[in-house]
Amino acid sequence: MDTLVAQLQRQFRDYTISLYHQGFLDDQFTELKKLQDECSPDFVAEVVSLFFEDCEKLIGNMARALDQTGNVDFSLVGSSVHQLKGSSSSVGAKRVKGLCVTFKECCDSQSFEGCVRCLQQVDIEYKSLKAKLQDLFNLEQQIVQAGGRIPQVDI
Amino acid sequence: MAVGEVMRMEIPSGGDMSVTSPELHVLAVDDSIVDRKVIERLLRISACKVTTVESGARALQYLGLDGDKGASVTDYSMPGLTGYDLLKKIKESSVFREIPVVIMSSENILPRIEQCLREGAEDFLLKPVKLADVKRIKELIMRNEAEDCKTLSHSNKRKLAEYIDDAPSPSPSPSSSTHDDSSAKDFPSSKQMKSADEKFSSLL
Repeated sequence: MDTLVAQLQRQFRDYTISLYHQGFLDDQFTELKKLQDECSPDFVAEVVSLFFEDCEKLIGNMARALDQTGNVDFSLVGSSVHQLKGSSSSVGAKRVKGLCVTFKECCDSQSFEGCVRCLQQVDIEYKSLKAKLQDLFNLEQQIVQAGGRIPQVDI
Repeated sequence: MAVGEVMRMEIPSGGDMSVTSPELHVLAVDDSIVDRKVIERLLRISACKVTTVESGARALQYLGLDGDKGASVTDYSMPGLTGYDLLKKIKESSVFREIPVVIMSSENILPRIEQCLREGAEDFLLKPVKLADVKRIKELIMRNEAEDCKTLSHSNKRKLAEYIDDAPSPSPSPSSSTHDDSSAKDFPSSKQMKSADEKFSSLL
């Protein structure tokens, strides 16, 4: 019979693997995990938290720029998209990064509808990732509270 | 720790470059808060002291006020002064040109990379930056510093002395493979560098 810890650890392992396999996370997230240790036990959570704040801010900028009906500054939108692409790349947020590539193309071709669509998608995507990572961090906490160690997951 | 201190090494007579290197102090420049957080951790884990700033202008201010940065790592694309602009200013400065500068960019644009290397960048890192990249850069910088130390000429020693105040008289170590004083000098721990204004204005 599985102990609670073993069950939680298995859940954690499976969930982590699924996030990679479904393309939510990539190799860079693994790189961030390498930087976490006993001295900096919340490093990954801190970085992703900064990332999600950044998402909110940048998406706000993009929305405001796109709201200037008839006078949209696509280079301004593009510059926010570029920043979002950069930070999503730095944390391993693979889907968000991919959407930014498409979004940038819409900015470059000055497609208003394209940009609006991309903005909606990016907004949904970062929120979805935020919820999933929160679930992952909750699992970690549960494991630790149950007296177990967080397993190293090799993707 | 002044730039000079980074170059102080013990070089055994066997010529073996097993170096007891003092900690490298790195100024990291990036307009992205996420990237600043990541690069800071990468550098700390690689046993570097780190100061992070958000712009090229801030970077110049820091160098002007507290010029004991052993190296600088900077993003290329930043509003205002780009990483390239910052690199140029550092390399054109008589006081700071010895500071190794590494450029980071999310874009793999060959002409850009070449331009930075031509301007004197130590290396060019493609983002997202990984631990292996930072370790490699640190080794490169420490190795270059050691090389500079070995081949220091008298004129270079004088240049060093310009921004190290009150250097005590050298006591050359018999085991040193070079007779250069800089390798055996014991620099005072708090440097009276040129006044902040003088240094800052040399960067403008």
